[in-house]
Amino acid sequence: MEQKTKINAEEGKQEIVITREFDLPLELLFKAYEEPEFIEQWMGTKVLKIENKKHGSYAFETSHDGKVVFRANGTIHEFIPNQKIIRTFEMENMPIGVQLEFLEFEKLTDDTSKLTMQIIYRSEQHRAEQLKLPFAYGINMAHSKLQEIINKLK
Amino acid sequence: MKIRRDVFQAIADPTRRAILLLVATQSMTAGAIASNFDTARPTVSKHLQILAECELLKQEQNGREIYYHLNPQKMKEVADFIEPFRKIWDDRFNKLEAVMKSKIDEHKKK
Repeated sequence: MEQKTKINAEEGKQEIVITREFDLPLELLFKAYEEPEFIEQWMGTKVLKIENKKHGSYAFETSHDGKVVFRANGTIHEFIPNQKIIRTFEMENMPIGVQLEFLEFEKLTDDTSKLTMQIIYRSEQHRAEQLKLPFAYGINMAHSKLQEIINKLK
Repeated sequence: MKIRRDVFQAIADPTRRAILLLVATQSMTAGAIASNFDTARPTVSKHLQILAECELLKQEQNGREIYYHLNPQKMKEVADFIEPFRKIWDDRFNKLEAVMKSKIDEHKKK
């Protein structure tokens, strides 16, 4: 089966291109990026602020047990409904740094649409940090799972 | 300070990527590899050492010569490392699709 979400991280480049086809009309796909209520639902984060316009800014925050565990923010450089968003994105307290994102929304049929997300990092090393993050997380998960099993054996 | 040696660090360097491409088709001696680069021989040796430490390259003694060849097992690890990142985005987009689909259904009920 062909994968719905594709990642292209070419060697020697400092960008990642993510593409995804949705079983959603273009307008609804765009709304998922526009309305704070929807962003909160699918991203699982609180939207502190979002100004969907040129030179506007946004901030997200996620708390767990009353403690802030994730905070991200950025500036919007271009906002064309149902077409394009150009913005910066930065996760606070992370070694990845600011990234520049080009989000392009396309209509495929009346009920399907496509999102192309081009993310540009400061350097190849910054991109590597981003790509390693879930990889390291996966390894940690496997380790703690193993630890759990070992603990049970004791 | 102990220098961290991992496959990601190894492939971050353009010369090291070129070396990997060179030995992908055939095993080669350090001298043969170095002759492909303008860089000084000790620099190439250093790169070979790092690649060997990361296990991307394997060394094999053949008579008086040491041949370097690619370790496909380790290369597969590099190819696979992007999958967890893809999986995160895939899950995230599946959620987006589910959330927005429920909006269509709500709208239809009204």
